[in-house]
Amino acid sequence: MVIRMERLKHGLKLYCHYVSISIKSMMQYKTSFFLTALGQFLVSFNVFLGIHFMFLRFHTVNGFTYSEVLLCFSIVLLEFSVAEMIARGFDTFSQMVRTGSFDTILVRPRNEILQVLGSKFELTRIGRMLQATIVFLYAVLHCNVGWNFAKVMTVIFMIVGGTAVFSGLFTVYAAFCFFTLDGLEFMNVFTDGAREFGKYPIGIYGKKMLLFTTFVIPYALVQYYPLLYLTNRTDDVINILIPLCAVFFLIPCYAFWKFGVRHYKSSGS
Amino acid sequence: MRKYLAFFRLRFTMGLQYRTAAIAGMTTQFAWGFMQIMIYKAFYETQPDAFPMTFSATTSYIWLQQAFLALFDAWMMETEIFDSILNGNIAYELCRPIRIYNMWFSRSLANRISRAALRCLPILLIAVFLPYPYGISAPVSVIHFMLFSMTLVLGLLVTVAFCMLIYGLTFLTISPQGLRIMFTSMVELFAGAVIPLPFFPEKVQKIMEILPFAAMQNVALRIYSGSMSATEMEKAVLLQVIWLIILTSGGSLLCRYAEKKITVQGG
Repeated sequence: MVIRMERLKHGLKLYCHYVSISIKSMMQYKTSFFLTALGQFLVSFNVFLGIHFMFLRFHTVNGFTYSEVLLCFSIVLLEFSVAEMIARGFDTFSQMVRTGSFDTILVRPRNEILQVLGSKFELTRIGRMLQATIVFLYAVLHCNVGWNFAKVMTVIFMIVGGTAVFSGLFTVYAAFCFFTLDGLEFMNVFTDGAREFGKYPIGIYGKKMLLFTTFVIPYALVQYYPLLYLTNRTDDVINILIPLCAVFFLIPCYAFWKFGVRHYKSSGS
Repeated sequence: MRKYLAFFRLRFTMGLQYRTAAIAGMTTQFAWGFMQIMIYKAFYETQPDAFPMTFSATTSYIWLQQAFLALFDAWMMETEIFDSILNGNIAYELCRPIRIYNMWFSRSLANRISRAALRCLPILLIAVFLPYPYGISAPVSVIHFMLFSMTLVLGLLVTVAFCMLIYGLTFLTISPQGLRIMFTSMVELFAGAVIPLPFFPEKVQKIMEILPFAAMQNVALRIYSGSMSATEMEKAVLLQVIWLIILTSGGSLLCRYAEKKITVQGG
């Protein structure tokens, strides 16, 4: 046990070192950094404007008001951008497989996920996070949530659970590269698509979609159910803890990754 | 003219090679269209009287948009062109006895058409067989369909002409990233890729419809579903032609100016 803790501590230290190198190298190209961050901001700003203009015309959608939808939109965006910041190394993983540089990772005496994640820490996602935070603050001020300790915890659990779900999906995306050598574009439906369409409470997409997002890919656990609690549609306290269950989604994702690593055949030179 | 046709043919056949990419893209677009329709359905069910066009017109709009995404997608600029400006390969192209503007124009056109050709049919076919308000309905009349085809081509030309303007500006600034991000986000919103223009408030919509962005996908997709009146259509087509002339002449002037000023990068 003590040895385990020691290794974990060491791993964390190593990861922090990776991150600091990544940030330092990015800061060598400051203009590029700010422009990319700006781009991230603008892309999600369009999504926000889309919601804004829709609600100038419609007052509610399925009973959800403008500020409630914004609350939902900003939390999903925050979950996604945190996950993307950490797990960006998985996003560009296909290059690592194709060029064969994954070999160098395998021969090092450290966990391979740690190294892949450390290879790229994407600070530019801060543009998206900034937007999510601003919209979140606006929504908080205009929503009748009635904040208390339980609700603050719900939001924190949502962000933790959501980051886990998206990170899990990035892991699966990367693990597919072991078999196809290239990133599979259809996986974008589950990552970018979830970010794009998670802007509205999943309930509006109908029963079947809700079932799918509860039991297959647990988006609803980190978005719809806790949101019902936040917006006082239900008093059931189980909704506070539901988002944490989504963390279990990482288990099958991790297993798939391990399966992929075992099937890895070196390519490239 | 013949050399530009040759460029077009070359790029077109090259584009047709990427079939797996096309299948992956198609599934993504199909899922996208499907989800989009669910959103509009939810809004429609909550407040049907606030809908600016009929529900089936909206679904037709969405399916056509997904099917012809490659024609109008603002993100789909040619990285090769940006790269050639950045790494200096542009020097080879400047040596050739051709107009850079025309060559890039035919090349972008071919790329977009070949991509769309691979992707549009399956999406349209599936959309046609979806049950009534969710699928794509038949065009309102034969005239509407003919106008749709015409404005689709005009819209494509305007889109490419606009991208050419950005390539031209890249000559002058070297770093294309900032310009590219600004313009593509603008195109997305103002062309009706985020939400169709009729869903904007009336005053905003009035201004948007005069801008060149509205001359891209907006006209064709709305004519097909019959959500434009005869006078509106006349005005829209006229604006498309005017913008096409302004953008192409502006773009080729810019290119000529840039060609004289150019410093070749890299070694």
